[in-house]
Amino acid sequence: MEERLIPLNFLPLGKKAKVKELTSEGAVRRRMLDLGLISDTVVEALQKSPSGDPTAYHIRGAVIALRSEEACKIMVESL
Amino acid sequence: MGLTNQSTGVGVLGGGLRIERTTPDDRIIALTGNPNVGKSTVFNSLTGLNQHTGNWPGKTVTNAQGKYRYKGRNFILVDIPGTYSLMANSVEEEVARDFICFGKPDAAVVVTDATCLERNLNLVLQTLEITDKVVVCVNLVDEAKRKKINIDCKELSKRLGVPVIPTSARSGEGLKELMDAVYEVSIRNHITDPIHITYDAPIEEAVQALETRIWELIDGRINNRWVALKLLEGDAVLLDSLGRYLKFNLLEDKDLCFLVERAKRQLAEKGVNTDELRDRMVSRIIDTAENICSRAVTFENKQYNSTDRKIDNILTSRAFGIPIMLGLLAGIFWLTIAGANIPSEMIASFLFGLEEKLTDFFLRAGAPGWVHGALVLGMYRTLAWVISVMLPPMAIFFPLFTLLEDLGYLPRVAFNLDNLFKKACAHGKQALTMCMGFGCNAAGVTGCRIIDSPRERLIAILTNVFVPCNGRFPTLIAISSIFIGGTVGGAFHSLASTLALTGLILFGIMMTLLVSSILSRTILKGLPSSFILELPSYRKPQVGRIIIRSILDRTLFVLGRAAAIAAPAGLVLWIMANIRVGDLSLLTHAAGFLDPFAKLLGMDGYILMAFILGLPANEIVVPIIIMSYMASNSILELEKMEDLRQLLVSHGWTWLTGVCVMLFSLMHFPCGTTLWTIRKETQSVKWTFVSFVLPTAAGILVCFIAANAARLLGLA
Repeated sequence: MEERLIPLNFLPLGKKAKVKELTSEGAVRRRMLDLGLISDTVVEALQKSPSGDPTAYHIRGAVIALRSEEACKIMVESL
Repeated sequence: MGLTNQSTGVGVLGGGLRIERTTPDDRIIALTGNPNVGKSTVFNSLTGLNQHTGNWPGKTVTNAQGKYRYKGRNFILVDIPGTYSLMANSVEEEVARDFICFGKPDAAVVVTDATCLERNLNLVLQTLEITDKVVVCVNLVDEAKRKKINIDCKELSKRLGVPVIPTSARSGEGLKELMDAVYEVSIRNHITDPIHITYDAPIEEAVQALETRIWELIDGRINNRWVALKLLEGDAVLLDSLGRYLKFNLLEDKDLCFLVERAKRQLAEKGVNTDELRDRMVSRIIDTAENICSRAVTFENKQYNSTDRKIDNILTSRAFGIPIMLGLLAGIFWLTIAGANIPSEMIASFLFGLEEKLTDFFLRAGAPGWVHGALVLGMYRTLAWVISVMLPPMAIFFPLFTLLEDLGYLPRVAFNLDNLFKKACAHGKQALTMCMGFGCNAAGVTGCRIIDSPRERLIAILTNVFVPCNGRFPTLIAISSIFIGGTVGGAFHSLASTLALTGLILFGIMMTLLVSSILSRTILKGLPSSFILELPSYRKPQVGRIIIRSILDRTLFVLGRAAAIAAPAGLVLWIMANIRVGDLSLLTHAAGFLDPFAKLLGMDGYILMAFILGLPANEIVVPIIIMSYMASNSILELEKMEDLRQLLVSHGWTWLTGVCVMLFSLMHFPCGTTLWTIRKETQSVKWTFVSFVLPTAAGILVCFIAANAARLLGLA
C-alpha cells in the first residue's frame, strides 16, 4: 500500500491522483485542509510555471498553484 | 484606493468596529465570501456610491461599509474580508469570524462562485455553524451558464436550509431577489432551518458533555454547540475574542474547565487529539459540501474548464509564458506612449493658450507683476503642465491595466514569476503587489496585506517603490521620448521609447528581486513561507464598466491628488525663483549647493532639487525642472515636446542626463503618501526610514556607476 504513495509534486502533468495523507503540520496543514485536500480528494496536475515551479493543480473545481515545498507534503496515490 | 473616511455615529460592534445607523431600525448585514467571487461587485451594485472604506480597528484589514434602501428600510452592508474559511488561520479570517460571531449582524450574506460552488460551500457551512441568519448568494451564474454548469438553487436551498439566490451581480441579475431574501431574514424573521453537521460519535459525545454548562454560562448569546467545538479545539485566538465579548473568561469557570479537560482526555483516549479533531471536523464539512453539490450541481460538459486550460497552456507555458508577459507589458506602454502624444499636445496648447488669456486679463486688470507671476506663471503653469502631461497617459494606461486585471491575467503573472521570487526568498504574491505599484505605490504597499507572512510582507513593502507608479510614468515617458525616441526619430520614435521604458521597468523588477534577496539574506533572514495561489477562471471583461471605473476611481483620483499638490508647489517654486539673496534667486542658491553632488550622478543641481521638492508627489518633478530653467530663461514659451527638448538641451542635457534622470526617477525615496502609508502599514518608524534610504541609496549608486562609466568610456 505505502509503496504506491508518491508526493504530489511527482505527479506527472495531466495525471490524476487521490490524496492519501498530509505530512505537513500546523498552519500549512490547515491551509491544505481549507483547500479541500482531505483523504480521497481527487487532484489533477495541470500546468507548470515557465520555470518549472510552482505547479497548478485542479482541486475541487478550483485551480490552485502550489510550490514543490508544499506539494511534497501531500502524499497521493496515482490513478 | 485608501480613501479613508472616519465614521461617526452610534453603535459599537464586533471587533470595536463603528457602524453608523441613521435610525435604530437600520439592519446590519455582513457580506462574506471567498476571494474572487465578485463580492465587491455585489457590494458596489447594492450600495452604489453610498459607501466608505476604512480599517478594522487595530488591524491592517480593509473594511468597507455601504448603505442601501429597500422597501422603506435602511440596510447597512458591512464588507467582510474575502476568506476561504473561518478557522482563523489569518488576520482576515479572524476579522471575518469575529464580526459574524460577535458583531451580531442581522443577517449574513455569503457570496459564492457558481463555477466553483463545492469549494465555496466550505465557508457557507462554517458560517451556518455560527448563525442561522444566512442568505447564500450564488454569484456568477452567467459564467456558470457559459460553462454549462447547472445549479439547482431550490435543491441547494432545501439542503442548506437557508435561502439561496442566484445572481449575476455584474449585470444586476438577481439583486432584487437577493435584497428580498435579506429583507425576509433580517426584518420579517423568516425562520431558517440550517443544516446541522453531525460529527463522529466521539466528537458529538464530547460536545454534548459541554453544551449544558455553556448554555448556563452564556445564555445562548452565541451558538453554544459551536463554542463547545472551539473549546475542544483549544482555539486560543477565539477564546480571547470571546472573553473580550463576554467580559469574562469561560475557562475561569471551574465546572466548565473540568468538563473540557475531561472531554479532551476522553477524546485523546479514542485517538482523537487536537490535530485529529480539526482534521475530522474539516473533513466532515468538506464531505457535506461534496454531498450537497452532487445533488444540486450538474456539469453538462465535463470539460467545462478546457478553454481556460488551453489559454493557460499558452500564457503560462515554458516557451511563451514570459515572452507574452513582456509583450503585453511593452504593448501597454506602446499604446500609452503613442496614444498619449497627440492629446497631450492638444491639451497643452489649449491650456497654455488659456495662460495668455489669463495674462492679458491680469494686465488689463492692472494687477501687480508679482501677483501675475505667482498665480499664473507659478500656480497655473505648473498645474497646466501636470494635467497635460499626466491625463492622457493615465486615461490610456489605467483602463488597459484594469482590463488585464479584470480578465484574470494578473494571478498568472504571479504564477509565472513565483520561482524568481522564491529564489529571492520572497513571496510569489509580491508579483501582484508589484503590479498594483504600477498604478500607485501607496496602493501597492497597502496591497501587500495579501501576503500573510510578516517577513515577506515587509520585503514586498520595502521594495514596492522599485516599480514606477503613474506619477513617475509621465516623467519617464516624456524623457524617453525626447532623449531616446528623439535620437532615433521617424517611424521608430515611439517604438524606441517603448523599448527604453520596458527595459527600465525590467531593470526595476531586477532591482526588486535583487534587493528582496539581499534583504532576506541580511536584516530580514528567514525561509520562504507557504505559497498558495488561486488561478481564477478567465472572465469576460465588462469593457464599459472598466473604462468608467478606471477613469473615475483611478485616473481622476490620482490626477486630483497631483493637482492639489502641484498648485501650491508651483506657488512655492515661483517664490523661490523670484526671491533674491544677493545676486541670485533662492532656487539658484539651492541648486548651486546641490550641483557638485548631482554632477557625480549625471544630473545637475536643479534636477536633484526637483526630486527633493517633488517629495509630496513625483508628478511635479518635471514641472519643477521646467520652472527652474525657465526662471533663468523666461522668454521661452512651452507648447510642444520640441520646445521642452530645446529647453533641456540648452541647459546642458545629453542622452546621459536623460538616462540618469530616468534611473533616479525609478529609484529614489517614495513619495510622501507612500511613506505615510508604509508608516501606517508597518507601524514602525524604523522600517519607514529603511524604505526611504534603500531605494535612494540604490539610485545614487546606479546613477553614479552609469554616469561615470559612460564618461570614462567617452560615450557622453
